[in-house]
Amino acid sequence: MRRLRELGPQLLVPALVLLAWGVWSARAENFFFPPLTDILASFRANWLFARVPTDVVPSLERMLAGYALAVAGGVGLGVLIGSFRLVRWAAGPAVEFLRAIPPPVLIPFAILTFGIGPQFKIFVIAAGCVWPVLLNTIDGVRGIDPTLRETARVYRIGALARLLSVVLPAASPRIFAGLRTALSLSLILMVISEMEASTNGIGFFVLQSQRSFAIPDMWSGILLLGLLGFLLNAGFVELERRLLRWHRGAQASALEGA
Amino acid sequence: MTLEVRKLAKTYGNGAQATPAIKELSFQVREREFICIVGPSGCGKTTLLKCVSGLLPATSGEVLLDGRRVTSPPEQMALVFQEYGRSLFPWMRVEQNVRFPLRRKRLPRREADRLVSQSLAAVGLSEFVRHYPWQLSGGMQQRVAIARALAYQPQILVMDEPFASVDAQTRADLEDLLLSVWERFAVTILFVTHDIDEAVYMGDRILVLSARPTTIEETVAVELPRPRDQVRTKELAEFAHLRGHVYRAIKKRT
Amino acid sequence: MAGATGVLAPLVVLELLARSDVLPQTEFPPPSVWLQVLLAQLPAGGFWADVLLTLEGWAIGLALAALIAVPAGLLIGSSRLAYQMLRAPIEFLRPIPSVALIPLAVLVFGTRLQNKVFLVTFACLWPLLFQAIYGVQDVDPVAIDTARGFGFGRLARLRLIVLPSSAAYIATGLRIASSVALILAVTSELVVGVPGLGRTINVAASSGDFALMYALIAVAGLLGLTLNAVFARVEAWALRWHPAQRLEAGA
Repeated sequence: MRRLRELGPQLLVPALVLLAWGVWSARAENFFFPPLTDILASFRANWLFARVPTDVVPSLERMLAGYALAVAGGVGLGVLIGSFRLVRWAAGPAVEFLRAIPPPVLIPFAILTFGIGPQFKIFVIAAGCVWPVLLNTIDGVRGIDPTLRETARVYRIGALARLLSVVLPAASPRIFAGLRTALSLSLILMVISEMEASTNGIGFFVLQSQRSFAIPDMWSGILLLGLLGFLLNAGFVELERRLLRWHRGAQASALEGA
Repeated sequence: MTLEVRKLAKTYGNGAQATPAIKELSFQVREREFICIVGPSGCGKTTLLKCVSGLLPATSGEVLLDGRRVTSPPEQMALVFQEYGRSLFPWMRVEQNVRFPLRRKRLPRREADRLVSQSLAAVGLSEFVRHYPWQLSGGMQQRVAIARALAYQPQILVMDEPFASVDAQTRADLEDLLLSVWERFAVTILFVTHDIDEAVYMGDRILVLSARPTTIEETVAVELPRPRDQVRTKELAEFAHLRGHVYRAIKKRT
Repeated sequence: MAGATGVLAPLVVLELLARSDVLPQTEFPPPSVWLQVLLAQLPAGGFWADVLLTLEGWAIGLALAALIAVPAGLLIGSSRLAYQMLRAPIEFLRPIPSVALIPLAVLVFGTRLQNKVFLVTFACLWPLLFQAIYGVQDVDPVAIDTARGFGFGRLARLRLIVLPSSAAYIATGLRIASSVALILAVTSELVVGVPGLGRTINVAASSGDFALMYALIAVAGLLGLTLNAVFARVEAWALRWHPAQRLEAGA
């Protein structure tokens, strides 16, 4: 009973919103906002599971490929830049400038260089997502407690062991923050690049539906994207929660002044 | 094993903003000695330890371990910091923390296991191997740091006010633990503290440092009987006498 | 010094690679040509019109988002019930990529300014909303109790304690939202063809004027850099009393 009381307020608003939308869209004969039932029917027809191999899989492949590149590059470079002051000084202004370039603006350049295929999309995704990862990695590496570093030195831990067993774990909370931002960014850039030039994919589908005035289809695509965004985020949060359990514990005990 | 500090000097900064922390320090530490270092606040005790352990380069003078100059942390030396919370790796369990420095030594698995369980047993933490450091109390965490240093099998253990951040009761327990470990493992200990009672209670010799720029004010030999006891040793007249002597030596120059 | 090298060295390498035809000069004109083209653009009215159009969408969208999200965030943050009730829907709507709504925006607004403003506003709502909520929730309860003890009413407490305290968080939100706004503004120009820098870049690329394309990409970067710098300044000012900031300054 108490569970219900707790859940109650949380479920109230979504339920009301859905109800209101369902009722209004069924009544109003608005072209842009078809009845909720139509949208759901379209969703079922398209995404459960007809278009999954043709559109969802390619989209996710591009997104994850770009993301993986961004993570590898961002963490690698981030550790380098974060560890050496000279590198930081040299790379600083260049990084500040490059990261300020709104990633979509690179699309024409990417198409020019890679043609209209999956590669330019992967490039744009990677080029945009690398910055949150890079910057957070740099912050994480710089913020490592000097006592930890000194401990590693005292026990003569080798450079590689230091990197893998001390630097990366110590910086991982910050790195995860960057990974999380980059994940939602990768979804966004995937959609943009597909809308710009593609022959398949979820973003392409949504825009195409709009152009051919298949409005319920368009909405079903928007719904799918929202769902994907939500699931990816929730999945990542769960992963982070498990991997960083030690960090929460350490912080909590530090706060208590243990 | 001998540790020799010869005319060590350390100045921070240069030119007009140079701050001399250590003016000149020279002393020797013999095998299996328990040396305590005391001095007024800010007298460069930590600087001294960092120079001795090779973490900080000296401005002039040298540190010799078995005749060889110390330029980086030597293999025969282990260091225990005051801030135990920040020197233990929070993502590793107790057992992994203690085992970590052994990786470099490339010991066979069984040997490493033995060293780890032996040192954890010596500090009384055998039941906490799977815990994370932050799940333990301050005193226990410092014991983990000590176990880690012990497993490393150093010849000399350098400790920077290791018990300053724990409560008095825990401190007494840790002092006795350290003394038993010292006997049992036959290590040499260089122990920095601001607590005069602690220095007299534990040491064979006490080096009293002066205020900045630091030199050795006086060396006091402690000839109290061993094994030491928190109650009986501190009731001795000699204990009070030594204590007063050291106190006056510190205050004299401040 | 080192920083300048970091910027110049890659440019010099590019210049050499392009001029020696390692990179085909048609698609990859050397940076010196970009500069030439850019300088030629400056006196022309079209260039500045584009920059202003992009900034127009950016500014209106950002302002609208702030006007909606900040008060809403302050309200939601100060009421536990409201937070409980609205948390789920907000957390659900938040990860929806705003770009998914591009086709909807096209339907409703066509390729006019409103399209750009709609997208920018929607995207900027979320960071501003959350920062406002966190800002209110993070107010030191001791400060509030002290004020209460001295007899300050609810409104006074809001004005004198909650607002300045959350201002820091809101300033951070503005900084984040500012770059989000630029991205969305440029995206709607690029993908949909709303007038502005993004569209001109696209047009340059499709008509083969690659030097102009590179030059304008660099301009977009400079624009982003300038906006970042301005908002970072504002944020630093708003945070100047914050303990973390003080620590850094002293260290």
